[in-house]
Amino acid sequence: MIRIIPLLATTALAFVSCERRSDIEIANEENILIIGNSNEPKGLDPHLVSGVLESNIIRALFEGLVVDHPSKDSHSVDGVAFKDQIKHSDDFTEWTFHLNPEAKWSDGVAVTAHDFVFSYKRLLSPDPNWPAKYAEMLYFLKNGEAYHRSKLGHILCGNDPDFPLVWETLREANFEGDSKIKPKKFKGKRFSELNEQDLKKFSPYLTGEDTPDFDQLNSTGSDFESLSTANKKVLFNSIGIDKLNRKQLLHLKDNLSLIKWSDSITTEVKQLVITRILSHHDAGKPKLWDKAQVGVSAINDSTLRLKLRGPTPYLLEVAKHYTWYPVPKHIILKHGKINTAYSSQWTKPENIVSNGPFKLKSWRTNHLLEVERNPHYWDAEEVKLDGIRYLPIRNYYTETRMFGDEQLHLTYTVPSELIPMAKEKYAAELRQESYIGTRFLRVNTLNSPFDNPKVRRAFALAIDQKSICEEILQGGQAPASGIVPPFGDYKPPGLIKFDPKKAKALLQESGYESTSSFPDIDLLTTNSDSGLREAEALQAMWQKHLGIKVRIQQREWSTYLQNQYDFNYDIVVAGWIGDYLDPTTFLELWVTDGGNNNTAWSSKTFEDLLRKAEKTSDITTRMAILSEAEKTIMNDIPVLPIYWYTTNYLIRPEVKNWNPLLLNNHPFKFIEIDKN
Amino acid sequence: MLRIIFSRLLQTLVVVFLLVTFTFFAIRMMPGNPFADVKALTEENKAAMERLYGLDKPLHIQYANYWKNVLLEGDFGDSFSMKGRKVSTLISESFPISLKLGLLSLFLAMSLGIPLGIIAALFHNKWQDYTAMIIAMAGICIVTFVLGPIFQLSFAKPLSWLNVAGWSRPSDVILPAITLCFGVAAYLARLTRGGMLDILSQDYIRSAKAKGVSQLNIITKHALRPALVPAVTFLGPAFAAIITGSFVVESIFLIPGMGQYFVLGIQNQDYTLVLGLVLFYGILMGIANLMSDLALIFMDPKLRNS
Repeated sequence: MIRIIPLLATTALAFVSCERRSDIEIANEENILIIGNSNEPKGLDPHLVSGVLESNIIRALFEGLVVDHPSKDSHSVDGVAFKDQIKHSDDFTEWTFHLNPEAKWSDGVAVTAHDFVFSYKRLLSPDPNWPAKYAEMLYFLKNGEAYHRSKLGHILCGNDPDFPLVWETLREANFEGDSKIKPKKFKGKRFSELNEQDLKKFSPYLTGEDTPDFDQLNSTGSDFESLSTANKKVLFNSIGIDKLNRKQLLHLKDNLSLIKWSDSITTEVKQLVITRILSHHDAGKPKLWDKAQVGVSAINDSTLRLKLRGPTPYLLEVAKHYTWYPVPKHIILKHGKINTAYSSQWTKPENIVSNGPFKLKSWRTNHLLEVERNPHYWDAEEVKLDGIRYLPIRNYYTETRMFGDEQLHLTYTVPSELIPMAKEKYAAELRQESYIGTRFLRVNTLNSPFDNPKVRRAFALAIDQKSICEEILQGGQAPASGIVPPFGDYKPPGLIKFDPKKAKALLQESGYESTSSFPDIDLLTTNSDSGLREAEALQAMWQKHLGIKVRIQQREWSTYLQNQYDFNYDIVVAGWIGDYLDPTTFLELWVTDGGNNNTAWSSKTFEDLLRKAEKTSDITTRMAILSEAEKTIMNDIPVLPIYWYTTNYLIRPEVKNWNPLLLNNHPFKFIEIDKN
Repeated sequence: MLRIIFSRLLQTLVVVFLLVTFTFFAIRMMPGNPFADVKALTEENKAAMERLYGLDKPLHIQYANYWKNVLLEGDFGDSFSMKGRKVSTLISESFPISLKLGLLSLFLAMSLGIPLGIIAALFHNKWQDYTAMIIAMAGICIVTFVLGPIFQLSFAKPLSWLNVAGWSRPSDVILPAITLCFGVAAYLARLTRGGMLDILSQDYIRSAKAKGVSQLNIITKHALRPALVPAVTFLGPAFAAIITGSFVVESIFLIPGMGQYFVLGIQNQDYTLVLGLVLFYGILMGIANLMSDLALIFMDPKLRNS
């Protein structure tokens, strides 16, 4: 015990005598930016992550064809490609990029057009083991979707100029399968019990006498031969020609009527389609990259050509998303195959190379991720910072306190309860800026009462959006009149506004005699405190304005998500942050069976409008069509908008060139620490 | 003695085995899906993920595989939620940090709690006793998520050499260690007081007093050792708990320790991470209990015969 005392005394002395300068003073001297980044990154492979916090790091490490302008939305500056030398066809479907020959990976190897081709091929890998979450971002490329989703009919027949029928006509046949008639969805029901709406789903595929038996279908598994014709029709049409297995294809060849074709397709063509797909199976399913003719090619080392699925005047906006960045072919192939996912070691600090203004210095789990200057970067002289430290601060209260103690240049956010304090204490440091994101409620349109659009509208109009923004959030959020936040050339139709009288009237019209006969409703949300506050406000508003009491159901994040995918919910609070500056980043969510739809809502009118916009190159016309599409969805209202997001954060005055940007994607190469 | 150690180790193994078995099946009954992500997985992708982590196999085979990997290859598996990282790496990176913090905190707790308990017992039902017990009660009641921010605001902000949170300066260990120590110190004080009161009323203490042994000698030579028995019994599991980190303290002070994985593992339905932690914690708990039992045997001769 006696011996410990001097030891303790020395330790205490060491603490006191050590660094007295704050972290910020030291970092300013070292020219290093310290930022709160909210959580431990899930990874650094640009193809495998999907979060904002990962993108904050990836934007420092990697660089795409063009780079965000540091202060102007929808503007770009030179990236790997020279901005001035970008050429596109008049209809915006073919683009040519000239790459800077000085562009290098951080190991000195040149970045070439082949790296881009490799990257896009990698992200679009059709292998089900490939867990990329954002491959859809490359569906802008011609045939990108066909390749990624292995659409055999499209690739083997549609892409072949010698095929007797053009793809536009051929595609009428049921290649992709119809998930609406999957036998699993009708488990335990008899065909004769289906309601009109359900029967309509089957009408394209069955004739009058056909009565499939769902129980039998669900219990058969792969042994389909014993099924009745009607059952086979349901099974085959729910799978689609592309995904039928070899045995099923052979059977189809002799019984062509099992699948829905189209009147303009002759028997010979049908046979030819099946034969081609069969021969693909017989050849052992070879890789389809070459046959798919995905619209990306390297003319030479420094020229990249993109062919797009349709006119895309806003391509540069899309191409600034990290899914469009190149990844180092030579390093990835050294540590695995093109689509080796999590087991690949290429993103480990000792292996990773990147082509952006910074390179990875160190990465300690849940502790600190640090990047340093990339000496091989083509524009290294223009890079102002010598490094960035990303701190995974999950606790935003701690983050605010760290900012006050001079430990951070920049916080990730400010908790809404601390905003009034921040307004007073950090008046100069607090920033509240528009952010392209929408908070909304998804409703499960499969079940009563939300299968009724009038009920949905009544619930939407009974939300006092303004008081949620001003009294709960206090962060400058704006009441959302629709699903797409306003920006640039887009004119939102603006259909939703708090109107308790109309809400009440709509509810009465909806056929629910009294509120007591109203079914029980659960409002699903996450288990966060802010989630609860918001849910309680919604609960109180519906109680007050509609007289309906909903129950709040808080769930852990993964259960919260899974319940939505399983349609095991009535109404759920959710949000979406735009990936690029175009309304489609919000509208594409709601297509039939979209990975983020989860409302079971689908509308042909809506999708036709989206497809029409896809083919329109005139910007004004296109925006008008998209606005029309939003109107369709807001009229039918499977999503109830609540508010449009803002960013709230604290920033130290010496950080320069950090300007308001709608996507909040600040290009780190321009950020500067002004020591004076 | 050796026989005792051996049989206790054996007991520990049985307990850990049962613990892991129970956790293995219980965690699979949780609602939700370990691979749920912001985008709904296609059925193909989901099946592929399940194949990747061996979840497509029947439950008993998964269970057998788990033990096979752990026992034969020392492999705790890959974390589900922190992709590309091994559970063993996550534990081996974070445990030393939690250990350092925990040991300092335990040292503080003992140097605070035990003297406080002795003082309270010696001045039984006097103001010293009441003060000490109010402090102890406060230590139990005031939770770390209140204490932590109070310390941050009252010490870290005015003192330039002390940071609010983080794990980069040597001084970063101070505030979390103090925050963590209070709860343990409070229990120790109460247990020491109780033990001390019990011993001080024993006949042999009275005899010692009658023989004219000084107060100091009575406490240090005769009373302290047996009086600490309840405190040491408590210290075993407390030791195992404190050196494996605390979610709350790690979150408030931004410490890359191990405590957060207990919560995040469950939240993310990270089966392998949760199992790895249960296994690790179970063994640690067994060892800590054994150590405290051995200490008890050393302290109390009566226990040596049983």
